[in-house]
Amino acid sequence: MNEQEHGRKIGDVILKVENISLRFGGVKALTDISFDVREHEIRAIIGPNGAGKSSMLNVLNGVYTPQEGVITYRGQQRKDMNTHEAAESGIARTFQNIALFSGMTVLDNIMTGRNLKIRSSFVEQAFWFGRARREEIENRAKVEEIIDFLQLQSVRKTPVARLPYGIKKRVELARALAAEPSMLLLDEPMAGMNVEEKQDMCRFVIDTNDQFGTTIVLIEHDMGVVMDISDRVVVLDYGKKIGDGTPNEVRNDPEVIKAYLGAH
Amino acid sequence: MQFFFEVLIAGLLSGVMYALVALGFVLIFKASGVFNFAQGAMVFFAALTAVGLKEEFNLSLWVAIPLTMVVMIVLGFAIERIVLRPLVNQHDITLFMATIGLTFFLEGLVQLIWGSTVRKLDLGIPDVPIEVVMSKTGMLVSQFDVIAAGICAVMVALLAILFNKTKIGRALRAVADDHQAALSVGIPLQHVWGIVWAVAGIVALVAGLLWGSRNGVQFALTFVALKALPVLIIGGFTSVPGAIVGGLIIGASEKLAEVFIGPYVGGGIEGWFPYVLALLFLLVRPEGLFGEKIIRRI
Amino acid sequence: MIYREAGQFKTTYLNDSQIFPIAQDRYAVAALLIVAFIAIPLFASQYFFSAILIPFLIFSLAALGLNILTGYAGQISLGTAAFMAVGAFASYNFMLRVPGMPILVAFILGGICAAMVGILFGLPSLRIRGFYLAASTLATQFFVVWCLTKVPWFTNYSSSGVITAQQINILGIPFDTPGEKYVLVLIIVSVMALLAKNMVRSNVGRSWMAVRDMDVAAEVIGFRIVRTKLIAFAVSSFYCGIAGALFAFCYLGTVEPEAYNLDLSFRILFMVIIGGLGSILGSFLGAGFIVLLPTVLSVIVHYTGLPNSVTSNLELMVFGALIIFFLIVEPHGLARLWQIAKEKLRLWPFPH
Repeated sequence: MNEQEHGRKIGDVILKVENISLRFGGVKALTDISFDVREHEIRAIIGPNGAGKSSMLNVLNGVYTPQEGVITYRGQQRKDMNTHEAAESGIARTFQNIALFSGMTVLDNIMTGRNLKIRSSFVEQAFWFGRARREEIENRAKVEEIIDFLQLQSVRKTPVARLPYGIKKRVELARALAAEPSMLLLDEPMAGMNVEEKQDMCRFVIDTNDQFGTTIVLIEHDMGVVMDISDRVVVLDYGKKIGDGTPNEVRNDPEVIKAYLGAH
Repeated sequence: MQFFFEVLIAGLLSGVMYALVALGFVLIFKASGVFNFAQGAMVFFAALTAVGLKEEFNLSLWVAIPLTMVVMIVLGFAIERIVLRPLVNQHDITLFMATIGLTFFLEGLVQLIWGSTVRKLDLGIPDVPIEVVMSKTGMLVSQFDVIAAGICAVMVALLAILFNKTKIGRALRAVADDHQAALSVGIPLQHVWGIVWAVAGIVALVAGLLWGSRNGVQFALTFVALKALPVLIIGGFTSVPGAIVGGLIIGASEKLAEVFIGPYVGGGIEGWFPYVLALLFLLVRPEGLFGEKIIRRI
Repeated sequence: MIYREAGQFKTTYLNDSQIFPIAQDRYAVAALLIVAFIAIPLFASQYFFSAILIPFLIFSLAALGLNILTGYAGQISLGTAAFMAVGAFASYNFMLRVPGMPILVAFILGGICAAMVGILFGLPSLRIRGFYLAASTLATQFFVVWCLTKVPWFTNYSSSGVITAQQINILGIPFDTPGEKYVLVLIIVSVMALLAKNMVRSNVGRSWMAVRDMDVAAEVIGFRIVRTKLIAFAVSSFYCGIAGALFAFCYLGTVEPEAYNLDLSFRILFMVIIGGLGSILGSFLGAGFIVLLPTVLSVIVHYTGLPNSVTSNLELMVFGALIIFFLIVEPHGLARLWQIAKEKLRLWPFPH
């Protein structure tokens, strides 16, 4: 796929990562990684197991603090992000191992995604009065749009612990989308899914990108999916960047081929 | 200054006994990740059972103690079977609350069997100052405390051997490191947990006998055992040396605080001082002196 | 066939987020409130008020407070009674030292004092979790009771350390008899339960549950962990503080700090576990259960001819066994059993 098919326009660079290194004790998780992400594009990060992909995502939204390097997001340069700032500046994400709030219903889970839009204090909420009630209803309406978009109507009031795996992944996407993010980080959104579920999820990712113009950075193992939906791909191996470019460029990069042949 | 050392030594020696209780916690926590709130109740349970057997059936103490040991072993395996096995893979908080339930159950059960009166326990170790020390330095150091400390040292040594030199010990360490991996190489997890609880029961018995012979076997023993909590916080939940050092710190500091700060604030600060100390400690070093720093992954 | 939601369509989100979305539930709750407010005050005996109903309501409120902290926000506390003590002794001192202090304001101020102590002792929860927190709340428990015992100012220099709660008089209406006190407690507890329900169905409640279920994810989507936990501590302690004040003013009358001991903390924790973690209704069910259990046990012991001394030990055993039983079989407690019963009823008589 390319830009024309999407009917969208890839904009300027909005996120730039320069010379990031991350260590856990003596273990080097990432070494000197640099790449950028343009507005509205789908950017994939691939690599064999243990290549540092999830660590990279965790650096992007501030879960991990890199020892070296700079992140520039929307013109603001940061040594490191903190998670809250990242969320407030419009970065949302999903997790590799589903990180839903298991004790809550689907609806409540998605509502948590709207928490930054809520201004009323807990005292107002206790009295269910005025602004608190109005906000609850407004945000509920927005959440319902997302429920429609991701076709989750039938499980709206089901506790997430009872849902099958594929649906849980979708609820997690819904929760991230509820924040109306400008950038969405997806950590293996299709891992462990069957073909049908994968197709659904692909559709949702593309639609999200298409309809809301959300910039997407995703980690994925399924090469078919990656090559199909992403605009540009970063390849990591052992914490180092070994390739960067369009799916076609990456596919033919001898270094990438070597890494993958070695790994499989 | 001499008085200071006297208090310090008394504190350190009673700290040894805190350490003994804490040791039971550490064993179970290391092997199964369960924070056993009932360790205190087990101390009470063991001590009261031993004294009860001795008094009600006119047994010699040296018959009653092995019998109680058997009871504690059976109890350990029963707890594993009835309480822990159904709760495998639950939140650690759930397991923690289950051991609170266990605490109440054991306290009720043992008092139902043996009654709630305070019973005296005489181990035949006199609680008198050691004369040699007194004549040389003029300090009062209780013979009982020293012997109790010696017994604790022997216990710790035995446990160290059990942990490091035996087959069971290897299995224990494997289980402590990684449940799944231990299972997959054929270590019978539940069996190991049963053993750990049984050993913790025996440690509780030793602690109970020592504490009991000093203060009488009574319900208040469970409060003494609660002090093991701050001990663990200071020493780290998974460390045997930590339990010992933590015990010494708590024992010494609470006695010093009581004697030197207590009079200015109305006394009785022994009751809470260890907890507040542990609390302050938590703010500085949450993983304890010897605990492993946990890196949380997502 | 009677308990159905068929035909009850929700046309607005406001309608859909009602506390009791099913009409039959609303009628049942209305009926219950009518009974509680009108029928019971007319017919119940003094003993029933002072030995069962008043403690039941007060413990329900305390359990509700603990449930907010432990059940909703996932922070375990063994210091509930300490927060209750702060509420009680603060209210007492406000009444004593501020002339013309209205009693309800004193209760609220007492609750706020408890909330501040809650925040102070909740601070460690920002760095620690699980049983570490249990130890830190134990510190609260022992420290607060010690403080109230040792600083004579708190008990107005009473030589025995016992205080006598002031008489209750609201806008010239005295609340002296058990029946009158019951009505006062019922009003306060009902209002506070409603406020709690509102909180847990709003953003603040979701923030608690999010931190409880997965704190890293909660942080990533923008909740502030620190603030969330401290609000939980404050609200929870506020509830416990009010419960503690009612415990002194409407139940015991004369009270010493030791009344708020570790045993009371455990008792309230048990109410929450047995009633249902993370359920408002569960707090009430658990409190009812724990208040009634000793009575029932003593009746059983009486009829089986066992000596009376057995009762208290049997009580400990039954408490302990029930805690383990519920944690294994139904971690969501009586509230969940009630819910299952309702779901069955909705399908009855066609279970498929």
